[in-house]
Amino acid sequence: MSETRKVTIKAFRFNAETDYLPYTKQYEMEVGKDDLILDLMNRIKWEHDGSFSYRRSCRHGICGACAIKVNGKAVLACKQNAIELLDLFDNDITLEPSSKKRAIKDMIIDKSDFWEKHAAIKPYVVADVEPHPTHETKQSISEFNNFLDSDLCIQCGACHYSCPALEVNPDFFGPAAFAAAYRFTVDTRDTAGAERLELTAQPSQGVWDCVKCYECAEACPKEINPIEKIGKLHNMQFEQGIAESNVATRHAEGFLRGMKKYGYLDEADIVTYSEGLLGAAKHIGTAMKMMKSGKIHWHSGVPFIDSIPKIKNLDEVQKLIEISQTNKL
Amino acid sequence: MSEQLHYALFTGCTAKQSTPELLSSTLAVADKLGIKITILEEASCCGASHLQDFDEFLAHVLNARNICYAEKLGLTMITICNTCQLNSAMTKHALDTDPELKARVNEKLAEVGLEYKGTSEIKHFLYTLIDEYGLENVKDKVQVPLSHLNIAPFYGCHNIRPSELHEEANGHENPYNPTSLDSLIDALEGNPVNYESKNKCCGFHVELQANHTSEVLAGNALLDAMDNNADLMVTPCPLCHLKMDTYQDSIGKVMGRDVELPVLHMPQMVALALGCTEKEIGLNFHVQKAKHLYTAS
Repeated sequence: MSETRKVTIKAFRFNAETDYLPYTKQYEMEVGKDDLILDLMNRIKWEHDGSFSYRRSCRHGICGACAIKVNGKAVLACKQNAIELLDLFDNDITLEPSSKKRAIKDMIIDKSDFWEKHAAIKPYVVADVEPHPTHETKQSISEFNNFLDSDLCIQCGACHYSCPALEVNPDFFGPAAFAAAYRFTVDTRDTAGAERLELTAQPSQGVWDCVKCYECAEACPKEINPIEKIGKLHNMQFEQGIAESNVATRHAEGFLRGMKKYGYLDEADIVTYSEGLLGAAKHIGTAMKMMKSGKIHWHSGVPFIDSIPKIKNLDEVQKLIEISQTNKL
Repeated sequence: MSEQLHYALFTGCTAKQSTPELLSSTLAVADKLGIKITILEEASCCGASHLQDFDEFLAHVLNARNICYAEKLGLTMITICNTCQLNSAMTKHALDTDPELKARVNEKLAEVGLEYKGTSEIKHFLYTLIDEYGLENVKDKVQVPLSHLNIAPFYGCHNIRPSELHEEANGHENPYNPTSLDSLIDALEGNPVNYESKNKCCGFHVELQANHTSEVLAGNALLDAMDNNADLMVTPCPLCHLKMDTYQDSIGKVMGRDVELPVLHMPQMVALALGCTEKEIGLNFHVQKAKHLYTAS
């Protein structure tokens, strides 16, 4: 069996200074079993078209410069084996920048929104340190381990530019900023935790606008799992009394109302409880349609009033909530 | 098949409330295929990823309790909701890999006479049909081929991401190019629609607090499917169904285009092809008209 494969590589091409629209160009090449995506990009530039542009630096998967997308999958070009992707995508490889709408030239994008958001969450230890300290500021292993893997972020932007919430809502901080917010908030030397938690609790920009699609977990080339840190920030907002009563926090906490009563979520109650009566009024049109089609229906009573079926052994759930609940709103 | 498949069904909240058609069609499909189902009547809500935001430990305790009941039966727990699948699988993974957490959870469960052991697998019904029942066997049972229908598969996030968590349970589905629903549509002789949004997010989980984001995400997917000539969309997730079916009017207003596309639950599509009754399939429960898709064999 041949060690190489003859493949047609498609590449997104666009020069903001000269092109009105982006276009795709194809390049034929032999791909070997050890070739990385970065090797293919180098071959395009060195052997086919010297104008082909991309960022590259460390070649060791630690600087984040060469983050791009291949067939929609976020990769670090210097870390990603090409044959692996050819197998994953039936011999089809299309090289694209991390964010097509931010493309400046080919694979190079304008990452200013990423850096602005990163800077906004104070991605450093805030501490009042003596100018001439007499001793080290030590951390225990468990205190260090609290960072989880968030300290390994290389700011490549792979999660940021894979986040669909951010695509729709440019105010949203995005997963990388949240992972950094988590990393410094749990640092025992830091004193700006409450400030960061308040910032990440804000509607529109904060963690409550995360759509929970797990694209960030899938995209991260360092396997940091940013959505895990988003979940931790949610919990920490409640633990530290920073969560304010609003539609998002009541929606999270409100699940317990139905579970205590029925074991199931009370779907109608959660809307009214989260939004308030006035807010819920805007759903009346949808509720009427749902009622007409039977989606809001009569089980054993009038909809909205004790009409949810109860689970068997409901008392167990009630007892477990009573003895296991650790947070409150 | 030499041995009858038997599963413990975790219905989730939605199939017990706003999508009764999901439960009836699931049971009808299982019946037609000769799969034995025992409903976990003791199972509570999985927390839907929202309770987890409020109190992760409590969510683990309650999900572990659900799994205990499948373990008591010695059965694989099957789910019919992507989010139930994810949250149950996340708890299982957390407890199976963190002995200290498992001990803390079991300390609570002991108070109600239960113990989480980690002996039951958790699998979405879609993947049991494919991996365990077998597509060829499904194909053999087709009575009403869906060859007249262009069907847009909408995978939903929580069955395919994070792929590392699901890789055993979902047959190593590629989250960037999932194929399970497409292959199921093929087996039912329907025409799978290939469109870019099929593995994207529907926005359900921020419907209340970030309504615009939610509407745009759902709108992108619905319009993408419509622009690729879909007659209907099919999803293994009732939350995707609720977002995509119930809000088409408001989504249309946000997107500036009329949106009209029936959105079926995965078991409803299978039930159609297996010749189940109109009542079992329950297309009348849809906000976006779907009843016309039923044609008695």
